[in-house]
Order: sequence, then C-alpha cells, then structure tokens
Amino acid sequence: MDHAFHESLDLLLVVSMLLNFFVLVASNLRTAIYLVGIQGMVIGIMPLLVHQGLDARVVLLSLGTVVIKGVFFPRMLIFALREIGFQRELSPLLGYIPALMFGAAGTGLALAFSSTLPLLKEHVRPDQVGHLIVPAALSTALIGYVILCTRRRAITQTLGYLVLENGIFIFGLLLVEAMPLLIELGVLLDLFVAVFVMGITIQHLTRGFESDSTQLLSALKE
Amino acid sequence: MLAFLLVVIPLLFAGLMAAVPSNRWRPWLLPVGSGVHLALTIDALAANKLVQLRDSAGHVWLELDPLGKVFLGVICVMHFLCMLYAPGYLRLRPERDNRVLCSCMQISLSMMTLVILAAHLGLMWVAVEATTLASAPGIYFNHNPRSLEATWKYLLICSVGIALALLGSFFLAYSALYSGLESTLAFGDLVREAPLLSKPWLHAAFVLLFVGYGTKVGLAPMHTWKPDAYGEAPGIVGALLSGGVTNCAFFAILRFYQICHAAGDATFARQIMVFVGLLSMATAAVFMVRQRDFKRLLAYSSVEHMGILTFGIGIGGAAIFGVLLHVINNAMSKGVLFLSAGNIHRAYSSKSINDVHGALSVLPLSTALLLAGFLAGCGSPPFAPFISEFTIFSATLASGRYVVGGLFLLLLQIVFIGMGTTILSVVFGKSSLSASDTPYRDGVLTGGPVVLFMVFVVLFGVYLPTPIRNMLNDGATFLEGKPPATAAAAAHELPLRAGPVPPTVAAAQP
Repeated sequence: MDHAFHESLDLLLVVSMLLNFFVLVASNLRTAIYLVGIQGMVIGIMPLLVHQGLDARVVLLSLGTVVIKGVFFPRMLIFALREIGFQRELSPLLGYIPALMFGAAGTGLALAFSSTLPLLKEHVRPDQVGHLIVPAALSTALIGYVILCTRRRAITQTLGYLVLENGIFIFGLLLVEAMPLLIELGVLLDLFVAVFVMGITIQHLTRGFESDSTQLLSALKE
Repeated sequence: MLAFLLVVIPLLFAGLMAAVPSNRWRPWLLPVGSGVHLALTIDALAANKLVQLRDSAGHVWLELDPLGKVFLGVICVMHFLCMLYAPGYLRLRPERDNRVLCSCMQISLSMMTLVILAAHLGLMWVAVEATTLASAPGIYFNHNPRSLEATWKYLLICSVGIALALLGSFFLAYSALYSGLESTLAFGDLVREAPLLSKPWLHAAFVLLFVGYGTKVGLAPMHTWKPDAYGEAPGIVGALLSGGVTNCAFFAILRFYQICHAAGDATFARQIMVFVGLLSMATAAVFMVRQRDFKRLLAYSSVEHMGILTFGIGIGGAAIFGVLLHVINNAMSKGVLFLSAGNIHRAYSSKSINDVHGALSVLPLSTALLLAGFLAGCGSPPFAPFISEFTIFSATLASGRYVVGGLFLLLLQIVFIGMGTTILSVVFGKSSLSASDTPYRDGVLTGGPVVLFMVFVVLFGVYLPTPIRNMLNDGATFLEGKPPATAAAAAHELPLRAGPVPPTVAAAQP
C-alpha cells in the first residue's frame, strides 16, 4: 500500500467515525437514516483502497456493499418511516449529550485497546503507526450498540444494528485478501435478509400499535 | 455429493411447500422432507460414509466429523419427530396460513445441517444467522401483539449476538493471518496450526465468539429473548428452537473451544465456561421458582440445560462424554415437554397456572407425558438425563472441584423444586375445565410423536446402544484430541478410539 492510499483510507475512516457522532445526536429520523446510508457508501469504497489493483472480486464486494448499505437499506427504512408518518425520535433512554460523551469515551478506549493488539507489517503505515482500521471498527461497533440499546423506536434500533454491522465490516478490511468471496457475499446476503425481516416486523408493529415505539412492547415480563 | 444433498434437499422441499396451494395438505409434506433427510443421515452414519465436499482447488467446504455426527444425528431425529407432530397441530389451526411456517421449518433444517457440516467457520456463521432468521416467522405464527413483541426481541437480541460472533470470527481469522496461515477460517487448518495463533487476538476472539454464539444458545445473562420467544411461539417451534437451533449454536461454541484447546489455551476458555454455566443455572433457578406461566417455565429449563452443557465442557475430561450424551437427552426431553405443554395450552387456551389445573383428567396422555418429561428434565432416574447429569457431576468431583460440584447439585435441587411446584399444579387438582368444554382431544397425530420422544428418553436411561456410545466416545475424543488427518485414518483408528466407557456411566447402567 503506498502512501497516498494510506492517507485516503485513513481519511475515509475518520469520516466514518465522525458520522457515528452525527448519528448519535440526530433526532430527526430521516436524517439519521441518510447518515447511516452515507456511512454505508463510505465504507463500501474502502475495500478498493485496501486492495490495490482492480480485482473483479473486490469490485464486486465494493459495489454490493454500496448498493445494499448505501441505497437499499436507506430506501427501505424511509419506506418504513413513511408508514409511521415521519415521526421524530422519542426521548432516548440515554440523552443525546451523555450519549455523545459515551461515544467519545468509547472511541478513546477503542484507540487504546487497539494499540495492544499486534498488527501485520502490511497493515502498519510506513511511519510505524498502525492505521485507523481497528480503532474505527471497534468504536463504530460500540456506538452502534449504544444506539441500539438506548433508543426506543424499532427503526432507530435497526439503524443501531446497521452501524454495528458497519463497524464489523471495517474490521473485515484487514481480511479482504484472506476471505473467500463466497463468505463475504454470504454475510452480505444474511444482513440483507435480516434487515428485510426487521422491516417486515416494523411494518407489523406499526399496524398493530400505530407506532414503532418498542416501549409499547412491554407485555412480556416476569 | 452426499453433503451437498443433505443441505439442498430440505431447501427443495421448502420451495415445494411454498408452491403447494392447499393449506390443508401442505403440512403433510413436512414429515416427508424431514424423513428423506433423516434416512440419508442415518445411512451416512451407519455406514460410516465419508461426507465431504471439496472445490476444484481441493479446499474442503463441507465435512462431517465425529463431533458433527453426534449433533447431526440428534438434530435430524428431533426435527423428524417434530415434523410428524406438525400436521396434527396445523390441522387444529386452519385459520392461519401455514405456508411461511412450513417453508421456514425446512429452511431451518437445511441451515442447521449446514452449521454442522461447514468446514469453514465463515460459512458456519452464515448458516447460524440463517437459522435465526428462518425461526422468526415461527415465533410470530400467532400474529398477535404478544408474539410480535417476542419476535422483535428475538430478532434484535440474536442479531446483535451473531454480529458479535462475526467480529469474533474476523478476530480469529486475523489471528491466523498474523501467524502466517494461508486459509484463515478453515476449521481443520486452524486446529492443526492452533499453537501458532497470535494469543492476544485469539483471546479477544474467543470472548466475542462465546458471548455472540452464547446469546443464540441462550446462556445467562444473554438469555432474555428465550422466555418471550418460547412463551409465545407454538410448542412445536419451541421444541425446534430448544432442541435444534440452540444446539447448533452450542456446536459453534464447541468449534471455537476446540481451537482454544488445540492452542493450549483450554484453561482460559474453561474458566469462562464453568462460570457462565453456573450463572445460567442460577438465573434459571431464580426465575423458575414461583413461575406462573408453564411455557416460560420450559424456556428457563432450556436456559438451565444449556448452562449444564456449558458447565460440563468447562469441567472437561470425562464430563465431555456426559455433555454429548446430554445434548441427545436434553433434545429428546425438550421435545416431550414442549409438545405436551403445547397440547395442554391448546385445550385450555391458557398457559398460566391460574387457569390450568387438573389437566390429567382432561388430557390424560399429554399430561402424563408432561409429568414424565418434567421428572426426566430434572434428572430423575431412570430417565436418560439422569445418566448424563450424573456423569458430569461425578467428573466434577473426580477433578477435585468440590465447591463448584456442590453448587451444581444445589442449583439442580432448586430447579427441581421450582419446576415441580408449577408442573404439579398443572397436572393435579380439581380441573378448571371439564373434558366437554374443549374440542381438543389427545389423538394419535398430536400424541404419537410425543410418545416417540419419550421412548428415547426412557431407552437411553436404561440402555445406550453400542453404536451410539461409540459415536459419543469418538466425538469426545475428537473434541479434546488431535483431529484425524484423513477420514480413512479415522476409520482405521476407530477401534482404538472407542476407548473404555467412563466408569460412572458403566456403574449407572443396570
């Protein structure tokens, strides 16, 4: 990997980490959906930078990711949002500012933890600094998890799940060359079906409860 | 080729069922599809056939190893008996369209088979996630707000769990890449080269994988989807989840345990497993005492038994044989419990012990089976789970861990008391329903398959056939030892590997 590629990859990773914070504070659901879509596109481009030379396999992976994460998921979630009449986010269990603090602390921890994990020579920049793949992956996954746990709408919880998956995808960049295409496509297909099934469930929730607020889901407890 | 067929045949039946227009006749295809699959599996197991699929480059993609044989056998029998029950059950629910449910039950069988056969851990992940998704429509079968809530929680919690497992799989792959291995998630290569794996990555991977697949297994504290899902799903879906899908996820954990063991890091994994196993049993015990919903009670029983399995692996040694035997016994007794409880639920239209009393006089067969299933599930002799739980317990004492052994026994006692109170209240007492109040009767279609499950529970309690014993011994040796280099060598080594029977089991056999 030459210097320019390192620089542009790290730039994209920073962009995707910043998007995490924007998603954390987005109270407008439509904005949040678009932000996650943009993040999907940004990470979809990354395999092309990690793997130099246009390999058909990598191009297919990149294209599939951009189309599914960047185009299909936002469209589907906007469609679900239309069903509930473009409502705003309900007040989250953890406020926006505390969530932001938590996200910042989590990103710091991710940076610290990643420095304890050994990296291969080709995953370290010429200046002996490991690039941002591992911390970006861990912090994105963590922030996705926070969104998933602290939000009340089924749509936002699905968004949290997608951010979590985006984080895992970023980690997968280290393995682009080592993982068979079949597996990558299988993972993408599973994610596709998962979000599809979640979308159907959200639709049923909206019809049954006239909202997708998971707070209404409180009949089952001890 | 056989490996390919085992995965594809249920998928073909799923497609066929989606195409059949009749809601009434479609369920009869279920036992046919599952039966063909079972016949192929039994043939492969009995003839010790090589079940393997390689690509043109010689990479192994699907392979049935000694551990896989145990799990594949259990899952096939379990699925077939449940599918025998399905037509009788679905006939009682003519108002509900069963197209999606029937197709998904076959897809689930195919994906469970793929989990067992997958020789690439990435492929295994894809299959585990697919079993999660294929089970969701079953939980939502009743189409009411409660089942919708259960489905949402199931989907979200399990998806997050499996996402963590994916991250863990990537960590493991990186650990292999770091140590210079070429194909990073091929199971055979990983076990062979395990001592070379990068330790920090391996440890982080195991924790993520254990938490991730543990969510799907339903180990505490990641078990919260279980009572909701099992409580709201039809009994047959509960049986398939507790005896099939969760066993697959447990199998996935064993895969990674085996890699840790081969890497010389078994102690690290075992400590976690003993702790989480006991925690699951304790959590289940707490929620089973004074539990008023008998289907949720069974869900906690499943948490408890998955805890027992995990605990047993953590103990290691002779307990491994007990764990593999318990995988069989637990699946069979869960079949009895969930299906008979489903029958009682159908007759009373309630699953709360506030409404259900004296079921013995209304549904003598189902209720007697529920009672026997409860005794079996709690490890009473002469039923099969007694043998397996006793093996695990005595292996614990033999390893000198008296404190955890004592805790194990104490928790089993609490579970017995808690479960007993609820079940006895359902079975005995003055019936809150007279037999004429309900159109539901015990019949051959809904009673027969439960009896067949019970036959296994009783049979394995008094007599374990030698082929099955050998299969379990091979599985246990495979898990803790070096894998055979080729299938031919494995077949050659079989007589040696059959090994002596653990003394506790021999003593417990009449």
